[in-house]
Amino acid sequence: MGPVATSAAGRLLPAITEMNRHFWCGGEDGRLHILRCGPCGRWIHPYAARCPACRSADIAPQAVSGRGTVAGFTVNHQPWVPGVEVPYVVAIVELEEQPDLRLLSDMPRTPIEAVRIGLPVKVYFEPLGAIWLPLFEAAP
Amino acid sequence: MSRFAEKGAAISGIGQSDIERKPRTPPFELAIRACEQAIADAGLSPADIDGAACWPATPSGATAGVAVASIPDVAASLGLKLNWWSGADMAAQLSPILEAAAAIAAGYATHVLCWRAVGERGSPIPSPEAAPPAVTPAAGVMEFLLPYRSPSAAIWVACHASTHMTRHGITREQLAQIALNQRRNAALNPKAIYRDPITLEDYLGARMIASPLTLLDCDIPCNATTAVVVSRLEAARDLPQRPMVIEAVGAGAYDRMDTWLGRSDYPRMAMHDAAAMLWRRTDFKPKDVDVAHLYDGFSWLTLSWLEALGFCGEGESGAFVEGGRRIALDGELPINTNGGQLSEGRTHGFGHLHEAVLQLRGQAGERQVPKEVKVSAVGVGGGSVGGAVLLRKDA
Repeated sequence: MGPVATSAAGRLLPAITEMNRHFWCGGEDGRLHILRCGPCGRWIHPYAARCPACRSADIAPQAVSGRGTVAGFTVNHQPWVPGVEVPYVVAIVELEEQPDLRLLSDMPRTPIEAVRIGLPVKVYFEPLGAIWLPLFEAAP
Repeated sequence: MSRFAEKGAAISGIGQSDIERKPRTPPFELAIRACEQAIADAGLSPADIDGAACWPATPSGATAGVAVASIPDVAASLGLKLNWWSGADMAAQLSPILEAAAAIAAGYATHVLCWRAVGERGSPIPSPEAAPPAVTPAAGVMEFLLPYRSPSAAIWVACHASTHMTRHGITREQLAQIALNQRRNAALNPKAIYRDPITLEDYLGARMIASPLTLLDCDIPCNATTAVVVSRLEAARDLPQRPMVIEAVGAGAYDRMDTWLGRSDYPRMAMHDAAAMLWRRTDFKPKDVDVAHLYDGFSWLTLSWLEALGFCGEGESGAFVEGGRRIALDGELPINTNGGQLSEGRTHGFGHLHEAVLQLRGQAGERQVPKEVKVSAVGVGGGSVGGAVLLRKDA
């Protein structure tokens, strides 16, 4: 893998480590990968070395459905990021696998007026160098 | 309740620099003035100060930005001889107070100088050689926020606010009461940056930043330092000001603190844990609090603190502030009597602490609340960090 860009299109990106590679790079296969505890099945995000529910160290990435709902959102009007047009939506998405499995995402593919709390969404990926950035859009 | 060591510490002195929206004074000079003022207010000299604490950990030489005035730099300017010092982050902006109380209990120090120095408007003396800031990767608590065109806490707080307000039917008109009440208070505060009255129509017509937060829901960046001296209670009793005892502190972190998004009780924040810890350390109850000083980096955080500290039930903060009477200077629970960060300026938590002491002492001038103030609550922080302090007049 080549060097990872830290910034693209107004997106400040993370450095890839053994703790987050599954999440940021795993989308290459079109699926979202989240750490999961083997023995008790609890999903864990972000990284933790032991399962918060059962203390197991048997934790490995596993693909989730990529489906969830909008738990909260904002229509951002402030041009924080040069070159990024406003307004745009930023949402907190709850994945269907577990209520506290939440991700922040802007939603460039979904019309602003269509976004509401409870809206069903699904993941897609935007390739940015080595990173396959998970983003969400309204699910059909 | 004597087993809780913070009750052996008190705030003995306070100081605050000018609050500058337009930079006129180097932020480090503002910091030194505030520290000198706090030490003098306590009836001490720098030679009496044997402990120091600030938040956040600040690099030496910092002259502008989110944090200026490192402990080594302040110590050099004031000639401090320190037995103990700390620039750590246990309870957000109030960390220095919690740590000072602990250091006093441990016998490391007797008089601890604490400060919060902000220089977010930059220095009036620009550095000609200043290099553009390097782009650093999104990391830590920001890792899963910054990749999504979300470089401001306004966005993260707005998302939480939308969930909370929608779930509980809290209206924009109710949220507006935080900004309106504070602007009324700021009109009585000569140091406040914005003092002109605003109406509900002004509020509803204000420029949207990140829905539901308008410009009037966001605090005002400034250059200012606020300082306090935390002293061993017995030592404070020999000083000129009436000591304000640290009755209880809270810095709980009972859920994931490495993310803004992963709490099992979203959209609650760490402030709920800090508040829970606070009330376990005192016999006082929320109804005993005379005035509350609640963090308002964004107005919704103040609603959230009202619920976290138990001044109202979960989801009831909108009804609690409705119409603004209850939280006004002469109301049942006056809040943010100096105008808060929304009108006075982003003194970043320590301004609330400073105001709490002024109100307890009866030194708040035109904005002094009419009732006697015996107990004050200060709640500071948002997101994954929060800290709370309960202050009371020494008997």
